[in-house]
Amino acid sequence: MAKDMLVQDLKAWYGTQQILKNINLKIEKNSVTAIIGPSGCGKSTFIRCLNRMHEVTPGARVEGKVWFDGINLYDPDVDPVQIRKRVGMVFQKPNPFPTMSIFENVAAGLRLNGFKDKKRIPEIVERSLRMAALWDEVKDRLHESGMSLSGGQQQRLCIARSLAVEPEILLMDEPASALDPIATGHIEELIVELKDKVTIAIVTHNMQQAARIADYTAFFLHGELVEYNQTEKIFTSPDDKRTEDYLSGRFG
Amino acid sequence: MKEKMEAVAEQKIAIDLYKNGQNRKVMEPLFRWTSLVFAGLIVLSLAAMILVMVVESWPSITTFGIRFIWDTAWNPVTLEFGALPYIYGTVVSSIIAILVATPISIGCALFLTEMAPSWIRAPIGFLIELLAAIPSILFGLWGLFVFMPFVREYIQVPLNQFFGFIPLFAGEPRGLGMLSAGLLLAIMIIPIITALARDVISAVPSLQKEGALALGATKWEVMRKVILPYSRVGILGAVMLGLGRALGETMAVIMIIGNRPEINLSLLEPGQSMAGVIATQFNESIHSLHVSALIEIGLLLFLVTFLLNVIARFLIWKVSGGKNGVRVVQ
Repeated sequence: MAKDMLVQDLKAWYGTQQILKNINLKIEKNSVTAIIGPSGCGKSTFIRCLNRMHEVTPGARVEGKVWFDGINLYDPDVDPVQIRKRVGMVFQKPNPFPTMSIFENVAAGLRLNGFKDKKRIPEIVERSLRMAALWDEVKDRLHESGMSLSGGQQQRLCIARSLAVEPEILLMDEPASALDPIATGHIEELIVELKDKVTIAIVTHNMQQAARIADYTAFFLHGELVEYNQTEKIFTSPDDKRTEDYLSGRFG
Repeated sequence: MKEKMEAVAEQKIAIDLYKNGQNRKVMEPLFRWTSLVFAGLIVLSLAAMILVMVVESWPSITTFGIRFIWDTAWNPVTLEFGALPYIYGTVVSSIIAILVATPISIGCALFLTEMAPSWIRAPIGFLIELLAAIPSILFGLWGLFVFMPFVREYIQVPLNQFFGFIPLFAGEPRGLGMLSAGLLLAIMIIPIITALARDVISAVPSLQKEGALALGATKWEVMRKVILPYSRVGILGAVMLGLGRALGETMAVIMIIGNRPEINLSLLEPGQSMAGVIATQFNESIHSLHVSALIEIGLLLFLVTFLLNVIARFLIWKVSGGKNGVRVVQ
């Protein structure tokens, strides 16, 4: 079940440096929301605040509220470990666990969450790999190392790994930046297909990618949310001059 | 103006290229040959050492043959020599050391890299390295006067009381003996294993850890399922280096193992190590066969270390995937 997420007055720091300044936006459910902006604008930090991954880095700090399923993720009583089971994340570089097989990589989340019904694990692994459009390529070598796959396949393996625990929101931090154009194409198709089942927020430095796959686009600059709207609106008639300048390649 | 600058830059690059060409003709072969000589020196000194040991121990090898390895008699008066008690002493005390030191070191390394607040990491890391630098004779003295009585009162006596029915802990708790030696060795090798394991663990990419966190892993699960599997080869290497030190350790062991060439199942009983017997008897050995037997023990010690290193290499090769690259778990 996909869910939406409401970000309220979100601020984030690394040490004394403020990375995010008062971000307010709503990530609509069953849609793809792209976060774009030049390097260092805080887009990765933003997405890492949505599953409380930002605070894992020493010296990192967050203020504000993120509403998810009626709960503020930054409520002191909320356990970040539980959040991350429901808000999945895919990283910039593929990071399959090198000591585990393809099968075990996908099953890792289930095992971590103490999934009881052992007999259903193969079924879930298959379903997740199918969702990630990887099943046909790996079904005959599920017990080989995840490292034996190509970069693009590894990234889809990581997507399957996230999907296996059935997250309600999937955060993607430049998931195709380390991949070649063909593999990037696969991932993009996949993202569009997945939004029926899971809400997706994706950080990308590639504006065309945002235009191709996103329903909504948020433009970040220097830690501020400059503009947030439907992708079409942002790309055809942005309200803010800075958005227009960035999209037309005048900086960034 | 701009064109001129570009011309100057071009010229400069051309000169540099030329210089490099000259350098390569002389320096590269020179460097290659010098480094080859240095590398050769290592092989040569190893070969020379083995050769000398074989030659010097030849009388003993021919007199006692292969049974030197399993004979238990050691009598410089009747000139009967067998190495088994010493092999037993070295191997058993080292195994105790490894069994005790490995979990402690890994725990310590995990604490330092993953859990300790950052301000405490550097000082503790420094202290651990300092511990590794303490001369072994000091460990021996401390072991004899402080550690040994402690082991007797608080480890051996209770062990004997509650588990005395197990042959390993039978006999009289007298302090000096195999268990104390093994525990002292453990303390001596903990710093090495910890320091190396810490370096290996801190080299685990944060992307790997975050990958597990993103699936809802707790800190403990990240350590157990990601960090340890990822770094197991390096940790095994660290343990093997610790084992190497334990096997060869001489002075500290002499002071605490009891120095009796006996084979006892009980860890409370005294024993004697290979390095120990060489150090204690070499100066007093008069008969050439005695000297020769001691050198053969040295040769055997070398063989034991060599064998354990081969096993370690094999294990490392095995966990890192053998012929087929990365190992697959399922």
